Amino acid sequence: MSFEPRIVVFACNWCSYAGADLAGVSRMQYPATTRVIRVMCSGRVTPGFILEAFRLGADGVLVTGCHPGDCHYMSGNQNAVVTVNKTARLLELLGLEKNRLRLEWVSAAEGAHFAHLMIEFTEQVRALGPSPLNNNSQPETQSLSCETTHDL
Amino acid sequence: MQPPTNTPPRIGVFICHCGSNIAGHVDVAAVADYAQTLPGVVFVQRNMYTCSDGGLSQIKDAIVRHELNRVVVAACTPRTHEPLFRDACREAGLNPYLFEFVNIRDQCSWVHMHEPEAATAKAKDLVRMGVARAHLLQPLEEKEVPVEPVALIIGGGMIGMTAALNLARRGFQVKLVEREAELGGLLRHLDRLYPTQDEAQPLVEARIADVKSSPNIEVFTASTLHSLKGFVGNYEVVVQDREGRQSSFRAGAIIVATGAQPLTPTGLYNYDGKRVITQFELEGRFKQGPLAVQRVVMIQCVGARSAERPYCSRICCTTAIKNALEIRQANPTAEVYILYRDTETQGTRYEAYYTRAREAGIQFIRYNPQRPPRVTPDRVLVYDELLGATLGIPYDLVVLSTPLVAREGAHELAQMLKVPVDEYGFFLEAHVKLRPLDFATDGVYVAGTARWPAHLEETIAQAYGAAARAATILTKETVVSSGVVARVNEALCRGCGRCVEICPFGAPTLVEGASGLPVARVNAIMCKGCGACASVCPTGAMQACHFTDEQVTAMLRAALEAR
Repeated sequence: MSFEPRIVVFACNWCSYAGADLAGVSRMQYPATTRVIRVMCSGRVTPGFILEAFRLGADGVLVTGCHPGDCHYMSGNQNAVVTVNKTARLLELLGLEKNRLRLEWVSAAEGAHFAHLMIEFTEQVRALGPSPLNNNSQPETQSLSCETTHDL
Repeated sequence: MQPPTNTPPRIGVFICHCGSNIAGHVDVAAVADYAQTLPGVVFVQRNMYTCSDGGLSQIKDAIVRHELNRVVVAACTPRTHEPLFRDACREAGLNPYLFEFVNIRDQCSWVHMHEPEAATAKAKDLVRMGVARAHLLQPLEEKEVPVEPVALIIGGGMIGMTAALNLARRGFQVKLVEREAELGGLLRHLDRLYPTQDEAQPLVEARIADVKSSPNIEVFTASTLHSLKGFVGNYEVVVQDREGRQSSFRAGAIIVATGAQPLTPTGLYNYDGKRVITQFELEGRFKQGPLAVQRVVMIQCVGARSAERPYCSRICCTTAIKNALEIRQANPTAEVYILYRDTETQGTRYEAYYTRAREAGIQFIRYNPQRPPRVTPDRVLVYDELLGATLGIPYDLVVLSTPLVAREGAHELAQMLKVPVDEYGFFLEAHVKLRPLDFATDGVYVAGTARWPAHLEETIAQAYGAAARAATILTKETVVSSGVVARVNEALCRGCGRCVEICPFGAPTLVEGASGLPVARVNAIMCKGCGACASVCPTGAMQACHFTDEQVTAMLRAALEAR
């Protein structure tokens, strides 16, 4: 089944967001399936943000940050590795495929890499099909609120 | 005029056509109509160029006339234009942090150029996300801190020295740090300069003498940057020499002028440093005295424009021409062959220089990278594309034109300065066209071949440019620190100290709170706003201002709302 996945991309301000801009400056084309949320650092992304995205029906979540060693805040991207790994395990517990969630490094110089990722991750998520939580309506009762899920 | 934060949001949305850059691929009118329907939006306007003087005045007028307390601009990218729009808000009396940027050009119209409907739908989503976040924006306070009117220049080559003298003559103190035992950099090893064939040494020595006699410049030779702390206007610098002696000082701005180094072509074209040498080594031979050679073959693009190193090093064609002419100058009967792929001699002077070389009898033979020349012990074999035949050229000397590559240690320096390098290790500027000498990090600038290979007149112009950019900081009495910092709600903090552990900048510390128990407190000047502390805070006491949990979650909700 082919469908248009809804994908949330978290991009760090210094590397990946700039890489996303460079893809545009270079007029690289990719599917309009992704919505970027800018954060200062990939280390700002919490398990709560990721789980909230899935609760709201996202079919995939991609966290992007500076390459190891290049973090504007030195070690923020290392924190992102920890966050994404533990959240992936939680997704499995929740019955979601863990490869709906990915962490990738995109530098400010890697516009082509960013564009390629958008294409490839879209295909990956499309192959998985719609998220079981994506019923295109907002569930009222679940409570994976970001305020309470920090300390997983 | 500052609205209290508890007044209901009155949001103005400005949507930029960016000429046809956005409007050519996104139905801007439809996005504007849609924005009008979003909660809290009381004013929507489209502009041909929102960043124009006219666009900015319209924002300021609308803030006053429609009592806007939030402004959303949907346009290019915050990376280049957020400061401009924030200033417009500030000038109209609105706290600049009540401004939200929505990127519908670089990350929408330009990447979905053949799907106008999908691009328009995405632009609407992005505007909805921006408006949702705008509802929750809070005014933030910026702190003013004094500027240390001292420049740190890393690299004492021609470019570092030129920037140093320029700043010193404006009256600033300059600390010039050079890794080698002597100033002068790469130029110190060159014989003559193109296109004038002037000697390099007098130029370098004059510049060194000027630096040494300047009362405002302190030179640290055989020294490197040991550690760096602080932020724009207030860097704490430690420099260390080879004996391990350290010097500490404060600096307000930093210029990176560490240059580049020629590639040593180990394993290519039988390079041996004796009969097969590099252009850089040829310069050294020129300096030892007249060169006794009758037949010289130069090979261009050695280790450049290849799969491993796809870039053009820019200086090699003119360098080969210069050195060919220099060989002919010393020995008018010498034969010089330049085996090239494409000759890059742009501009008014360099094209004439190339013509001059041809007229002087330098032989240019084009080779195909698929059939590269071969260096045998007695001759160079090259398949001449134009003749369609392989030529065997006997030689006394083979000279390989190798590219400039990033300096060893450039990556480590970049990490210390927290600035990026590109995939080849060259320093990466904030914007290739609009901010060519700035890094994204405030107060740090780049000039010369540390950025990429360039001609001397270009890099000297960069040195003046970087000095001028640094002076924009150094002339200020104070700089304003960002309002994007972490803040603690002490009532929620239980003093666990996880924020203290995770912060690489030492911004949060545990202090005694009102109740006598430990609570975290953030030094706003030291905080860089990454939000790592807020991400690990188990109680929600730590807030990453401008990127709060609520703000990010509101964007998520808006992004995933059923359409």
